[in-house]
Amino acid sequence: MLLALIKIAILLGGLMTAAAYFVLLERRMAAWIQDRIGPNRVGIPLTNIRIFGLGQPLADGLKFILKEEFTPSHVDRALFVAAPIVILVAALSLFAVIPVGSFLPSKVAGHPLSDGPIEMTVAPGVDAALIYVFALSSIAVYGVILGGWASNNKYSFLGGLRSSAQLVAYEVPMGLGILGAVLAAGSLNLSEIIAAQADRGWFALLQPLGFVVFSVAAFAEAARLPFDLPECEQELVGGYHTEYSGMKLLLFLVAEFLHMITAAFLMVILFLGGWHFPGLTGSSMALDGWGHPGELWLWGQALVRAGVLLGKVFCIIVFFMLVRWTWPRFRYDQLMSLAWKVMLPLGLINFVVSACLEQLQGTLGYAWLRWVAIALAWIVLFGAWIGVSLLGSVTENRPRRPAQPLESDLRA
Amino acid sequence: MKADDPGILWIEEPQLGLSGRMYLPIYMHGLTTTFRHMKNSLLGKAVTVSYPDEEPHIDNPAIYRGTHRLNRDSQGRVKCVACFLCATACPAHCIDIVAAESPWPDREKYPQSFCIDELRCIFCGMCEEACPVDAIELTSLYNLTGRSREEMIFDKEKLLSVYDQTHEREPMRSPEMGGTV
Repeated sequence: MLLALIKIAILLGGLMTAAAYFVLLERRMAAWIQDRIGPNRVGIPLTNIRIFGLGQPLADGLKFILKEEFTPSHVDRALFVAAPIVILVAALSLFAVIPVGSFLPSKVAGHPLSDGPIEMTVAPGVDAALIYVFALSSIAVYGVILGGWASNNKYSFLGGLRSSAQLVAYEVPMGLGILGAVLAAGSLNLSEIIAAQADRGWFALLQPLGFVVFSVAAFAEAARLPFDLPECEQELVGGYHTEYSGMKLLLFLVAEFLHMITAAFLMVILFLGGWHFPGLTGSSMALDGWGHPGELWLWGQALVRAGVLLGKVFCIIVFFMLVRWTWPRFRYDQLMSLAWKVMLPLGLINFVVSACLEQLQGTLGYAWLRWVAIALAWIVLFGAWIGVSLLGSVTENRPRRPAQPLESDLRA
Repeated sequence: MKADDPGILWIEEPQLGLSGRMYLPIYMHGLTTTFRHMKNSLLGKAVTVSYPDEEPHIDNPAIYRGTHRLNRDSQGRVKCVACFLCATACPAHCIDIVAAESPWPDREKYPQSFCIDELRCIFCGMCEEACPVDAIELTSLYNLTGRSREEMIFDKEKLLSVYDQTHEREPMRSPEMGGTV
């Protein structure tokens, strides 16, 4: 009980700090990419010490808290207040089942901390972890729709509708991408999926097509560019949070960053091997201290694993941010055809192919078959990709019917 | 204009090549551009500077459009001949000249008073272009501040003092540089 509370405290503190500093990182990266310097002046309050602008998140947070929190008179008050709470609670409670490392040793300096090794998950051993993650990420959409609806404003409402359609569309390929990994690992438990990859190789290598489909869907689920249609400024002002200000807006923005962090965690855990790194972390699920029995070795290994996982997550998030300033936003119909006409078939192909390859390897069980399976998976990736692009279902931009004269033109 | 008007030229969108249809090759190209910019900024080649700590670098002060100055001739007299061309050219109407008969034999008129309202000025440089004797010029002084509106109306003495302050760094436009005098 106490252990769980400590874990929750560390996780919440860590996540909130991470979200705040990722906002700073995003602003700095935006500046660098645009040949600027970026926010680098806020340091320790009341002094002249500027630690590369590391005080900026504090100033941002204070600004949001102290700002007037205006509730327009035309909104549905109860839903208006509920929406940011729903979205933040969903985004945070999702992390209950996400491992941030493998295990911690059960003893520190000879004193036992718990009965067995401590799993670095708030709720360890949840066998339906992936389902839980899926369910909660769908509830986050509910928060967005609530916000759009409660604002009683056409732009907010359109933003909410867009995001609901987008998220419904991308849940499907995302699920298909995950299914391949689940099939290969034989479990929905995230720790076991990582262990399976440590054992057999990363799923990004074994199922490249699944990784691509999942990554694209993860970008869309996190509503990051090039899929940030719900809050597309040029068309919808601020999207679903146009009417929000102050603390409520902060909750929305933090939840958005948490979605990105979740997406990065899922990509790393499901496809990029989690805490596993060849030749660095050991590949058995339990800690073995790299063959040394001492407690120090165990702690070292535990920390290296956590470091590897978080390092991978960091790299993915940096990639998310680079992508934001690189790729233009999709048009809404292109977004939809990408989901239904491209990603869904690709996901199905990946699922069928990886199921067949699994079955083949399971039945025949030759060691060399593994390499054949990997080669086949990559051939399938390129084949399917080129096939889909030749069909041109997203890039085909011409009208499907010849232009018809307007009715008013005919009458005139 | 109707949709079937013969005057309308309908243009077909060009077909994308294979790499465009595959998205990623072209997107990767974009990613390298972003990455290059980020790398250059991190190596200290950002375009912007931390202003109060660091002065911006002005490449060519001769073409920068900052605070005005009134140039002096070789005898230290104001060069202006009070022809009113700058005041006429000024789109913001910020130049006010009072002309008087010149005390010197080499010209007919000289400005008894010459005022520029720096708050109205839009720093377009038309005055500089219009001046037939290169008397008014824009310097590279960019940090123009004052505590009151009155202070920001620069009179002849102030404009001449800007010349004294800057003429060593920014020489007057000579005939070699396309000047007239």
